[in-house]
Amino acid sequence: MFETWEYLLRHPDVVTTWAVDHLIIIAFAITISSIIGIAVGIFISVPGREALADSVLYLAEIVMTIPSMALFGLLMLILGGLGLSSIGFLPAVIALIVYGQLPILRNTHIAIKSVDPHMIEAGRGMGMSPWQILFKVELPLSLPVILAGLRNSIVLLIGITAIAALIGAGGLGVPIFRGLRNARMDLIIIGGVTVSIFALIIDGFMSLLERWITPRGLKQG
Amino acid sequence: MIELEHVSKVFADGTKAVDDVSFIVQEGELCVLLGPSGCGKTTTMKMINRLVSLTEGRILLNGTNVLDFEETELRKQIGYAIQEIGLFPHMTVGENIEVVPELRGWPKAKRRERAAELLQMVKLPAEFIDRYPKELSGGQRQRVGVARALGADPEVLLMDEPFGAIDPITRVDLQNEFLRIQQDIRKTIVFVTHDIYEAIKMGDKIALMNGGRLIQFDSPFNILFQPQDSFVQDFVGRDRALKGLQLIRVKEVMRCSPLTARWDESVEALKGRLPNDEGIEEIPVVDDSGGFLGYIDISLVQTGTVGEHLGHHQVKASIDSVLDEALSIMLSCERKTLAILDHDNRLKGLLSFGDIQRALGEADRSGARP
Repeated sequence: MFETWEYLLRHPDVVTTWAVDHLIIIAFAITISSIIGIAVGIFISVPGREALADSVLYLAEIVMTIPSMALFGLLMLILGGLGLSSIGFLPAVIALIVYGQLPILRNTHIAIKSVDPHMIEAGRGMGMSPWQILFKVELPLSLPVILAGLRNSIVLLIGITAIAALIGAGGLGVPIFRGLRNARMDLIIIGGVTVSIFALIIDGFMSLLERWITPRGLKQG
Repeated sequence: MIELEHVSKVFADGTKAVDDVSFIVQEGELCVLLGPSGCGKTTTMKMINRLVSLTEGRILLNGTNVLDFEETELRKQIGYAIQEIGLFPHMTVGENIEVVPELRGWPKAKRRERAAELLQMVKLPAEFIDRYPKELSGGQRQRVGVARALGADPEVLLMDEPFGAIDPITRVDLQNEFLRIQQDIRKTIVFVTHDIYEAIKMGDKIALMNGGRLIQFDSPFNILFQPQDSFVQDFVGRDRALKGLQLIRVKEVMRCSPLTARWDESVEALKGRLPNDEGIEEIPVVDDSGGFLGYIDISLVQTGTVGEHLGHHQVKASIDSVLDEALSIMLSCERKTLAILDHDNRLKGLLSFGDIQRALGEADRSGARP
């Protein structure tokens, strides 16, 4: 314990860099992941696309089962083949985007599908176009569930980002793996505890965001 | 005006939901589509605003084929009310009412003003404008539903069992309230229900449907007393006389200019000018200007002035009420006669059990079939 504090006090700049790198990777990954996930989630929820929805969700589930190490390796091959940088930030962000898909995609799909058909018919009956129904009725009603998916996804990515240190992306995985190799407990604790703290803080923040964004008319109680 | 000409609907699976239905809803009329569930009444209604596409025939809205409108434009012109479940929970009451005005591009201030006006019309407090639907009771939500349908002041309204999910007492309030509003706004309305009481009460016309076909299109009175076939007869039920009570107005049945007593005359003088036949016991008492004060039972009193023996001043009904209201007052007050008053509380006539019996007998005979 003492050594951990000592390290922190002696190298605050190093620890800060790891933490900031970690957050930047996540910020990029989650932004792109949610844009893709929500868009695809809406797209596959249009009536008549049930078969497509099943396949897309199935695919996203399969991706989730690939061990992250294997996915990083796979991306190194693919990106390298394309002449792009096969280590560092780019493959890390791409892998995280792929991992972050499932919760967002699934929640968006489920939320839109579970909007009361009476609501949609009321909108149609009053003369709303399909886009107006999407933006004025379906999305606002789906918002709480979509945000819950986003929250799942972020917490998931905070953990996986630590592994991205193995392909040179930086972040809080760096002290963890360095500590493992050199039997330095203080480094492992710094990395691990910070990752956990991030997860808790961001989870709490997202839950506040959910409560803040959810329209008053949809809140319980 | 809404005209349906030989309208049919065949669904993709081959079921014929609506089969060659024709009728006309005149401007300012409320037409009820009535029938058992699955009879095609809702499908018929939804073909008017094209929520359901028609297979055959055509529907004209003020002379224009509904297929000639752009779909969303057509619907923005037609008010649409469904069961209270149709309010958007994520929007305030005001935002719900403003949906169609907003789609039509009204400026914010005008929309808000309209919403406030409509809240007043459906008798909801002005501060409800910023409440959410879940903060309201079922009956209040339904009022908002009606206000929302009237949002952009459409000429035509479609109402799909709008009072269906409401408890019976609130439902009667809402029906009365809506009839009062309709008297002012005179919209052309198609109203779907499976409740024959509601149909009789609300409808200027009833279109009774069964198995996709229009069985009888007629006034509520004729549906009750001149049923076209055994289906209508069964649907109306054996208690058509009781249902008919809702349709006959007191003023059509009451005895006008009845014998009255003046409050300041003496009992003896009153007895002196009574016709000789037996059986007159209760006499309505009026003041100098004909205002109703109560009754005097002359079999019980001998002396004094009429005014000293007044009673039962609450046993009265308005000249605009229908027989079932009048009868209900008579039964609950245990009185055999009922004073009928105009809006200024002046006595206009008397109604007795015998009068009601006679009226129903006549109605029944008018529809008697060989």
